[in-house]
Amino acid sequence: MIDLSTEYLGMKLRSPIAASSGPLQKSLDNIRRMEDAGVAAVVMHSLFEEQLEVESEHLDAFLSGGAESFAESLSYFPDLTSYNIGPDGYLEHLRRAKETVKIPVIASLNGVSDGGWLDYARLIEETGVDALELNIYYLSTDIHVSGAEIERRHTELVRRMRQHVKIPLAVKLSSFFSSIPHMALELDQAGADSLVIFNRFYQPDFDLEELEVKPHLELSSPNELLLRLHWAAILYGRIQADIAITGGIHSAHDVLKAMMAGARAAMMTSCLLRHGISWAAVLERDLVAWMEEHEYSSIEQMQGSMSYGAAPDTTSFDRGNYMRVLSSYALRR
Amino acid sequence: MSWVTDVHLAAVDMQNSARTQVTIDGNEAAAWVAHQTSEVIAIYPITPSSPMGEFSDQWSAESRPNIWGTVPQVVEMQSEGGAAGALHGALQTGALATTFTSSQGLLLMIPNMYKIAGELTPAVFHVAARSLAAQALSIFGDHQDVMAVRQTGFAMLSSGSVQEVMDFALIAQAASLESRIPFVHFFDGFRTSHETAKVERLEADDLRAMLEEEHMLAHRRRALTPDQPVIRGTAQNPDVYFQARETVNPYYLACPAIVENAMEKFSSLTGRRYRLFEYSGAPDAERVVIVMGSAGETVEETVSALNGSGEKAGVIRVRLYRPFSTEHLLTVLPKTVKRIAVLDRTKEPGSAGEPLYQDVLTALVERGGEMPRVVGGRYGLSSKEFTPAMVKAVFEQLAKERPRNHFTVGIRDDVTHTSLDYDAGFSVEDPKTVRCLFWGLGADGTVGANKNSIKIIGEDTENYAQGYFVYDSKKSGSVTVSHLRFGPKPIRAPYLISRASFVACHQFVFLERYDVLATAQQGAVFLLNSPYGPGEVWERLPARVRSQIIEKKLKFYVIDGDQVAREAGMGSRINTIMQTCFFAISGVLPRDEAIAAIKVSIEKTYGKRGEAVVRKNFAAVDAALDHLYAVSIPAVPAGADGLPSLAPAGAPAFYRDVLFPIISGNGDSHPVSLMPVDGTFPVGTARFEKRNISATAPIWDAELCIQCGKCVLVCPHSVIRAKILQQDQLQGSPDGFLAVKARWKEFPDRLYTLQVAAEDCTGCALCVAACPAKDKSNVKHRAINMEPREGLLEREQAWWDFFARIPETPREDVNHALVKDVQVLEPLFEFSGACAGCGETPYIKLLTQLFGDRTLIANATGCSSIYGGNLPTTPYCTNGGGRGPTWSNSLFEDNAEFGLGMRISLDKQEEFARELVGRMAKEIGAELAGAIVEADQSKEAGIEAQRARVAELIGKLDAMGTADAKRLRAIAGALVRKSVWIVGGDGWAYDIGYGGLDHVLASGRKVRILVLDTEVYSNTGGQMSKATPRAAIAKFASGGKPAGKKDLAMMAMQYGNVYVARIAMGANDTHTVKAFLEAEAHPGPAILIAYSHCIAHGYDMVYGLDQQKAAVQSGHWPLFRYNPALEAEGKNAFQLDSRAPTIALRKYAYNEGRYTMLAHSDPEAAARLLAEAEKDVAARWKLYEYLASRQTVTE
Repeated sequence: MIDLSTEYLGMKLRSPIAASSGPLQKSLDNIRRMEDAGVAAVVMHSLFEEQLEVESEHLDAFLSGGAESFAESLSYFPDLTSYNIGPDGYLEHLRRAKETVKIPVIASLNGVSDGGWLDYARLIEETGVDALELNIYYLSTDIHVSGAEIERRHTELVRRMRQHVKIPLAVKLSSFFSSIPHMALELDQAGADSLVIFNRFYQPDFDLEELEVKPHLELSSPNELLLRLHWAAILYGRIQADIAITGGIHSAHDVLKAMMAGARAAMMTSCLLRHGISWAAVLERDLVAWMEEHEYSSIEQMQGSMSYGAAPDTTSFDRGNYMRVLSSYALRR
Repeated sequence: MSWVTDVHLAAVDMQNSARTQVTIDGNEAAAWVAHQTSEVIAIYPITPSSPMGEFSDQWSAESRPNIWGTVPQVVEMQSEGGAAGALHGALQTGALATTFTSSQGLLLMIPNMYKIAGELTPAVFHVAARSLAAQALSIFGDHQDVMAVRQTGFAMLSSGSVQEVMDFALIAQAASLESRIPFVHFFDGFRTSHETAKVERLEADDLRAMLEEEHMLAHRRRALTPDQPVIRGTAQNPDVYFQARETVNPYYLACPAIVENAMEKFSSLTGRRYRLFEYSGAPDAERVVIVMGSAGETVEETVSALNGSGEKAGVIRVRLYRPFSTEHLLTVLPKTVKRIAVLDRTKEPGSAGEPLYQDVLTALVERGGEMPRVVGGRYGLSSKEFTPAMVKAVFEQLAKERPRNHFTVGIRDDVTHTSLDYDAGFSVEDPKTVRCLFWGLGADGTVGANKNSIKIIGEDTENYAQGYFVYDSKKSGSVTVSHLRFGPKPIRAPYLISRASFVACHQFVFLERYDVLATAQQGAVFLLNSPYGPGEVWERLPARVRSQIIEKKLKFYVIDGDQVAREAGMGSRINTIMQTCFFAISGVLPRDEAIAAIKVSIEKTYGKRGEAVVRKNFAAVDAALDHLYAVSIPAVPAGADGLPSLAPAGAPAFYRDVLFPIISGNGDSHPVSLMPVDGTFPVGTARFEKRNISATAPIWDAELCIQCGKCVLVCPHSVIRAKILQQDQLQGSPDGFLAVKARWKEFPDRLYTLQVAAEDCTGCALCVAACPAKDKSNVKHRAINMEPREGLLEREQAWWDFFARIPETPREDVNHALVKDVQVLEPLFEFSGACAGCGETPYIKLLTQLFGDRTLIANATGCSSIYGGNLPTTPYCTNGGGRGPTWSNSLFEDNAEFGLGMRISLDKQEEFARELVGRMAKEIGAELAGAIVEADQSKEAGIEAQRARVAELIGKLDAMGTADAKRLRAIAGALVRKSVWIVGGDGWAYDIGYGGLDHVLASGRKVRILVLDTEVYSNTGGQMSKATPRAAIAKFASGGKPAGKKDLAMMAMQYGNVYVARIAMGANDTHTVKAFLEAEAHPGPAILIAYSHCIAHGYDMVYGLDQQKAAVQSGHWPLFRYNPALEAEGKNAFQLDSRAPTIALRKYAYNEGRYTMLAHSDPEAAARLLAEAEKDVAARWKLYEYLASRQTVTE
């Protein structure tokens, strides 16, 4: 009997196959179907701090717009008891997700400030979710803010959050740091229980006809996994926090690679969106078949087996890798 | 700092009771009782009663039960007539039912009111009494509407204050159930319906105690039921109808005593004692005023003051007006009375006297004996102020040997000299009452903050409090004046503040335009929101204001509220900042307590809107006091410079003498002689108003511009104009005036210019959104850009003046089907007071550009009648030839019929004129007569040619002088083609006016109908119509509209001979123009249904055009034309003009607050309704595709 289980954030997962934060989780039915398809843990879609702010501002603007100006139309909308602006809807969804499935439910909080965030985190904790994933989505557009300052803000946020909530804390971060290992260490020491690598970004695209800038996001592709394998392998064994890989996991082979690089969980969204939720079951079946074929008895057995520390030749992880790829590219030309 | 400490510390004689003290307005007070004592509530929006329906709908949506534990069903009907019908049915089957209405709405209920009363059915109609549309519509308060139903058999109970509204709502319900006579419970529209006051709330137990179960059960027993069938509502004949009509007499005879008993019972419950007729004043009064409604409060207070100075005056307040109990009236009338003035808040032209006056006379004559001298007077029409000074004038008049009868008070009647003079300086205000006036803008939140302040004072202190709010006639940039009173005694002053102890001016520019300090009393406090600090402000004030401050010894404070608001992220909303300053200066509460109370009220008001909004308001409050400064005032007076005259030198006399004073807030001073006798006003007056409400204006980049004309087309206020001109027409142009080579291949040598009327711009920026020309090196810069006006205004004014003098581009030179060409057609609709960014007005402007010189507009009541015809000015105007749209508004419900009547009249006149031309061919000349009769006027050139012929004809007719010549002369204009456009919103077309609209479509007559579809009753504040789409929320549909939008276009199409087009200018402007031209050319009825984005959709209207596009792309608003003319050519009449949906409905819908509010408040309902709406879209698209793909059957 092959043991697929893994430990992540102090929880035993039946397999490393987890759903990363994504839009499918907005439906309880989808979450149920994920559990049925064997998904071992589900990270919920994010509560966006700025979104709440923007929604609040917008609601205020249109409830106030034109109001108390003209005697016949002192307002334009009914005065509802509640607009459900704020985290309540999300929190209720978390509660119901917890009631719906037995697998661990991990909330996701996406924001940048250190104000409202902490309050939201506590409210999330109160819903009974198993863990919280912080998605620190900070894009600096300020030319005067240094990388060191941004790193400081990250660690400070995690440190304060750690003091604020008791449930396990995962930190999802971007790959745009000068020194990812150092950043990882800082976050580890600040209290992160897991580092989820890496965030994927909406990037602006240009509409040439309209001359407009439009947000753009494509589903991930398997080649995005390589960056993540690289850093998971380098970090494995060098920080206390667990590592989870998200971005580019599309097949059982990708899960295996993630595990061998040292990840505790392989998280996916794009392949579930592309192939449907039942794809998770296919993936698990393939995973078992590969492990049987290659005579692995457990996931644990392979975790970190190809990490920086375990690899016989680390030049592939270092600058040597770069040199070799470049030279082979030159040869192909 | 406090100037009202005495108020704060004063002992308060408020009744000690377990009931909650609440600060609410009259509408809420009535709805509070009505909702709790009803099972069925049938409603329809009409100002000023709409909030009663809105409260009821909201409370039922929140599942608030009535006193019997069940939630009343609230149903919105298609009209007040429909509401009365539904109510009649509900009552007949045994429900406790109510409705709320006003004015024309009540008139529409009259037929049912006879039925309901005739069948002795208990019910209460709560009426916020309002003027009737006569020479003009007015939304304001008087008793014309209720007096028009006094003959229906309904009992009528009049309340005069917010507390009384609540009390009488209950007394009426109790008395109606017992007496079986239905009641109209009425109170003064706006004055009482919209006055906020502190009242003692009746609790459910009070309601239960007043309503006897037995009477309710008796009502149930009379219900129609097949279990015990009867028939009711038969037809009766001469033999018995009369006798049957007399059967009800005992019920009417019993009714006064029943009401009296109910009042007694109410008194034992609450301690508040009412009588059918209430006398107050000297027991031995010789002069008595008899009055109804809120004016009774004013008269009572004045009588008390007069008697205090030794007079012997009295007042009788009429509570139960119908059934009119002579006996009860005579009982309270002092025996000593010698003179009586009966005041009516209504006018019945041609009558022997107004109704209350006649009733009182009848009572006295029936009594017999010595008759006091009785005179009648009119006051307070359309919320005209009725003050103690006027009451005093009435008493003084009574003291004269021959007091004037049929007088008016409150106006100056210099025509038939009915009016009484009065001393405006007379006041009976309690010195302990603090009186505060706040001048603000609608957009800065002043009124909302003041409503909160009133609640804080009313509920957090022992003071009584009163708030009343005055708005202006514009929907954009509107000025508000808040009148707040508070003090230790109940406030009985239903009139505006004329001596203020506190004046706040929330906009510095008002100091130039209005006499803000006119009402400030000696030693008052003046708080000014000023961009200039305490050191600089004095020099910046107009000299007049400085003089007033010195002479009145005002205490003067300034704050840069705009800066504080900006820094707190509040934008232009300075409300909470100014509110904080008000509390800090007034000392009505200790400062910390005040700030805490403001924060609590912010939390209450804005908490639902999210944490971010609360946070920024808190930040504004916290920052406010650090920026509040007392200003030291020099002792030397500065001289007075008076209010600047804004009436431009070139304005016509009517504008200068009649309209300009109204704009300046002095319309109350107009004597009768200044007003047109029949409600007729000149057009073209909005252009003189120069409202200057926007800090930014569009600035043209001539080099970048591709001259497409889209900005001109979409500008809701016709502020952007273009002309094609000859080189020499630039002569004398001001420095820098922009004109570039015209990009028309037909005009290689001409120039093009585009100009902005910067002073008339509302700053909506739709022009920028519409501009397709972007700078290739800096794409955010377009060919037109909003820029701060400061520094540019003078230049733009000079340019505009020059532009206006450039001759119009000859209409025959351009192609009227091209948007690019339409831009140079002169709009005959400009600078309206519509909302900034309005989605309706661009269509009306286009209509006037294309056909304005020959158009009659029948305009349904609604937004378009308000921005089209609300005084003081009108946006409709004329071209250089003096022609332009002529406009009229009949009613809300009859607009299609009104327009049809115009059409038939014109057709008949044309027919008769042609007959006369035929008859007089010899005198006229056969050639001219033939040419006139045979004229082809299908094109504009043909119309012009006919005009020339008719001019020639008129010349000849004038010389003839025969009877026929005179007859033909009078109607010769009808020989030139005229176009009748019937314009209105969806509330009219889909709901209240649909029956008429349908009939007019079926008439086959050449009328054109423009439906400005905002999918909601915009003018009355966003109530659901049958045009409201599924899944959107609206008032009366706070849970999301469950039913799909009615497909009015399909309904019109089924006649086969009606031209129908669904258009959306923002999605396809060429299509819109084409549809207008085709509709105009169609030989039968034509209807255009125009998507009109609206402030009631809940988003920044700068995105209005994008949303129009998205509405089309999502399939919510497919564009099509159904042109019966094509069938004659063997083609399919139905042309689908937009592509199959390319974006999901949600991508369109969830840009708008009306949809997202539901998604937030009830995500499951939102998801379900949106899924259904998506199905609607798919099904409709399939049907349209099928219609478009049909092969036509050719013989």
